[in-house]
Amino acid sequence: MDMLAGKVKMTTQTLDAAMDAAMNPAANPAALIEHPIRLTARDVTVHYGSKQALHGISIDIPDRAVTAFIGPSGCGKSTFLRCINRMNDTIEGARVGGRIELDGEDIYAPDLDVVELRARVGMVFQKPNPFPKSIYDNVAYGPRIHGLARNKTDLDEIVVNSLRKAGLFEEVKDRLAEPGTGLSGGQQQRLCIARAIAVGPEVILMDEPCSALDPIATAIIEELIDELRTNYTIVIVTHSMQQAARVSQKTAFFHLGNLIEKGDTEDIFTNPVNKQTQDYIMGRIG
Amino acid sequence: MTDQSYSAPADAVARRAAVRAGLKRRHLGERIFRVSGIVAIVLALGFVAMLFTDVLRKGIPAFTQANITLDVTFDPEVIKVDPAPVRTEGQSDAEYRAARLGWERQVAMLNWNRIIEAALRAAAPEGFEIDSRQILTIPETDARHRVREIFVNDPSVLGQTRTVTLLASANTDNWAKGNINRDLGDAQQQLSAPARTLIDAFEQEGIITQGVAWSLFTNVDSRSSPAAAGLLGALMGSLWMMLIVVVLAVPIGVGSAIYLEEFAPKSRFTDLIEVNINNLAAVPSIVFGLLGAAVFINWFHLPLSAPLAGGLVLTLMTLPTIIIATRAALRGVSPALRQAALGMGASRTQMVFHHVLPVTFPSILTATIIGVAQALGETAPLLLIGMNAFVAAVPATPVEQATALPVQIFLWQANENRNFFEARTSAAIMVLLAFMITLNAIAIFLRSRLEKRA
Amino acid sequence: MSNAEHIVTAYSEELLTLAQSIAEMGGLVEAAIENGTKALITLDRELADLTIIADQRIDEMQRRIDDMAVSMIARRQPMASDLRAIITAIHVANDLERVGDMAKQLARRSLKLEGISLQPSFYNGVKNMKALVLRQVKDALDAYANRDAGGAVEVCNRDDEVDALHTSLFRELLTYMMEDPRNITTCTHLLFCAKNIERIGDHATNIAERAYYLATGKQLTAEVQQLQRQQIKI
Repeated sequence: MDMLAGKVKMTTQTLDAAMDAAMNPAANPAALIEHPIRLTARDVTVHYGSKQALHGISIDIPDRAVTAFIGPSGCGKSTFLRCINRMNDTIEGARVGGRIELDGEDIYAPDLDVVELRARVGMVFQKPNPFPKSIYDNVAYGPRIHGLARNKTDLDEIVVNSLRKAGLFEEVKDRLAEPGTGLSGGQQQRLCIARAIAVGPEVILMDEPCSALDPIATAIIEELIDELRTNYTIVIVTHSMQQAARVSQKTAFFHLGNLIEKGDTEDIFTNPVNKQTQDYIMGRIG
Repeated sequence: MTDQSYSAPADAVARRAAVRAGLKRRHLGERIFRVSGIVAIVLALGFVAMLFTDVLRKGIPAFTQANITLDVTFDPEVIKVDPAPVRTEGQSDAEYRAARLGWERQVAMLNWNRIIEAALRAAAPEGFEIDSRQILTIPETDARHRVREIFVNDPSVLGQTRTVTLLASANTDNWAKGNINRDLGDAQQQLSAPARTLIDAFEQEGIITQGVAWSLFTNVDSRSSPAAAGLLGALMGSLWMMLIVVVLAVPIGVGSAIYLEEFAPKSRFTDLIEVNINNLAAVPSIVFGLLGAAVFINWFHLPLSAPLAGGLVLTLMTLPTIIIATRAALRGVSPALRQAALGMGASRTQMVFHHVLPVTFPSILTATIIGVAQALGETAPLLLIGMNAFVAAVPATPVEQATALPVQIFLWQANENRNFFEARTSAAIMVLLAFMITLNAIAIFLRSRLEKRA
Repeated sequence: MSNAEHIVTAYSEELLTLAQSIAEMGGLVEAAIENGTKALITLDRELADLTIIADQRIDEMQRRIDDMAVSMIARRQPMASDLRAIITAIHVANDLERVGDMAKQLARRSLKLEGISLQPSFYNGVKNMKALVLRQVKDALDAYANRDAGGAVEVCNRDDEVDALHTSLFRELLTYMMEDPRNITTCTHLLFCAKNIERIGDHATNIAERAYYLATGKQLTAEVQQLQRQQIKI
C-alpha cells in the first residue's frame, strides 16, 4: 500500500470501477461484454460399471473466462472434467451419456477423432507429471506428434513461447536439456502447463492443479491463470473455495454427482440460492 | 518453568508397562529370524562354494596340456612328390585350383608318420629300444597333419629341419600329469612300458612341457585325436543359437506382451491366453524338445541338428519368460505417465512406444539377457533334435550341423578316456559358467546404469 | 512495511485501490468540513444545500469500502500488515463517514440561523477550531497513509487543544445567552455546532489511533498517556 504523502487523485469513475473490479472480477465494466459460450453440456451422465457417478449435468462454459467446479470429495467434479476431453474413455467400464458440444460439435460423435479433440482441449493434472524426458522434449512433444512445426526453428520458437507464457522460461532457459523431473513441484506444474499450451489448445482443463503445491507455488500458478484467461477458456476443479473465489468468474457447485448450483462467482459466494451450497461454503454440515 | 517433573496419568503408565512386557519376546523373535536367515544363506552359499571348488579343482589342470617340442627333418627320401604347381600365364583359376588339389592329395598320401617317428627317435636317448607303433603313441595322431600342413604352406622346407611343437597324446598327457596311477601293472596301463619310460626321459630333458591348452578353444571336437578335442564347434553352435533366440524371441515376446497388455480388449479369451503363457513357463524343457523334433524336424523338414532348429526350440522356451517379464514391467509404469501422454493427444500406439517402452527398457533388457543366459544352458531339448551327434566341424551357417556347449559337455562326460576327459569336461563346464556369469553381470550392470539415468 | 509485491498482482492492486478509496473519501470529507463551516459562518444557503447532497457520496464510499474489505478478507486470507490494513480501512471509513455527517449537520443548522449576526470574535473562534480540526483530520489521514506512528501520537496529544477551544466557545455562547434571551435559540444551535466540530476532532483522534495500530500492531492508549506525561514535563 505505498501511497504518496498527498492524496492520489483519481477520477470518481476510475475509482468506482477499480473498487468494483476488486470485489468481483466479472463485474469489471470491460468484462461486462458477455463472452460467447464455447462448451455446452446437456444431461451428461457417467456410469462406472453399475455405479452412477454423474446425474444429468447441464452447464455452459464461456470463452476467455475461468469456470470453477467446487464441491466435496467424490462429488463428481473431476469425473465431469474428464468427460470434456474424453479421458474417461481410458477407464474400463466407464459409460458416458448425454451430450457435450465444443463450438457446436458433439464431441462424443462416433466419427470424432479423440486425438484431435485432445489437441484442442488440453489438461493439467493434480500431481505434476512431466515426461521423463528433457524440458525441451516435454514441451516439444505435443507439437511434434501433431505436426505443428515445420522445422527445428519453428519448434524452438514454439517451445520458448510456451515456456514464456507459463512463466517458466527465465528459470530454465539455461538447462533445457535437463530432465523435466528434476524441477521443483511448482516448476514441474508450470512445465505441464507449458506443455499443454504448446499445442495451442482452445480450452484448458485443470484438475486441482495446486493441491500438491506449497503456497508460493500456488500463488504463482494463480497469477498465471489470471494471465492465461485472456487467451484461453479455462475450467478448473478446486477443493479450495478461496481459490475458486479468487480466480474464477463463473462457479458451479457439485454434490454427490449432481450439479446443485451454478452462476457468477460473486453471487455463489456471497448470496447462494441453494441451502446446500450455502452450507458447503460456510463449512457447515447439513 | 515449574519445579515439578512430569508425572504421567495412571493408565499411561499401565500401557507403557504392558508394551514393555511384550518387548522381550518380540525382540527375541526378531533375533531368531535374523539368525535363521543367516544360517540359510550360509548353507546355500556353502553348497555353491562346494560346487565351484569342485569344478575348479578338476578343471584348472585341463587348461594346460602336454606339448612335445621336436626338431623335424623334412626328409626328401620320404617326401617324394612333384614340385608344387606354380601359377602360369593364361591359366584359369579353376585349372590352377585343380592342379593344386591334385598335388595336395599326393602330399597327403605320403607316410608322414615316418617323419614324426624319425624326429622322435632323434630326440630319444641313444640306443633307446622302442618299436614304431609304441613310439607313435606318444604324440597325438594329428601330429602328422600338422607337419604336413607346414610342408604344404611352405614346400621349400624340403630337406630342412624345423623346430615344431606338437600336441602330446591324451595318454601321454595323463602319464605326464600323473592322472593315471603309476603303480598299476602293464595290463592296466594305456601306454607300453618303453613309451612310458621315454616320456619320463623327454620330460626330464624338457622335450615334453606343459603349455596353455589353446586347443580347447581353437579346435573342434575330435574322436581320433582326443588331446586335440576342443570347444570351437560347440561355441559357434551356441552363439548361432543365442543369436537366433535374440533375433526371434525379443521382438515376438515384447510385441506380444505390449499387445496383450495395452491393446487387447480384456475378455475371457485374453485371460485364457495369460494363464497359458504362465503355464508354458513351467513346462519341462524336454517337452519343448519333443515339440521341436515333431514340428521343426518332421513337418518343416529343417536339417537335423542345425542351430536353426535348436534356436527355434530355445526361442519357444524363452518366449514365456520374456512375455511375462515385459508384461510385469509394463504394468509397473505409473498411470500418471500414461494419462499425461493421452491427455496431450497421443494415440495409444504413440503413448506406448514414445513413453511407456523407454521407461520399461531396463527391465526388458534384463529379462532378455537372463532368458538368453538360461537358454544357453539348456541341454535336454537340444538332445532331442539331434544335437547329441558327434559333430567335428564349425557351423558356418545356421543350417549346418552343429552342437552346443552343454551338449558338448554331455558328450565328453561319456568319453571312455576318463582320466583325460574328466578334467576336460570340468574345463568345459567352467567355460559355460563363465559365459553365463558374464551375461548375468552384463544384465546387472546395464540395468543399474539405465535405472540410474531414468 | 514490506515493499515486495504480492505474487498475485490482482491482490496488490486491490490493496492499492483500498488505500486510494480512503484517500478519496478523506478528500471529500475535508471539503465537507470546509464547506459546512463556511455555510455556517456566511449563511450561504446554496453552499449548505450542496454540502448536504455531497454527503450521499461519502456514505456510498463507506459502504463500498466495507464491501471491498469483506470480499478481500474472504478471498485473500490476508496476513499481518495486510490484515491490519484491511480491518483499519473499515474503521477509518466508518469514522470518516461520521465526520461527513457532522459536517452535514453544520450545513443543516446553518439553514435554521436566519438573519443573525454575532460578534466577529465568535466567528474567529469557530474558524480557529475548524482550522484545528481540519489539520487534525489531514494529519491523521497522512499518518494512516504513511504508517507514521509518531505522527499518530501527535494527533492524539493535540486533541486537548481542540477540547480547550470548544470550552472557550461554549463559555462565550453562554455569555451571549445570558446577555440577551432572544439569542438563546440561535446560540443553542451554535452550541450544537461547536459540539459537532469538537466531535470531528475526536473522530480524527480515532483515525490516528487506527493509524498507530496499523503501523505498530499495538493499541495506543497506554503509550499516549506516557507521551502526554513527557510532553507536560517538557
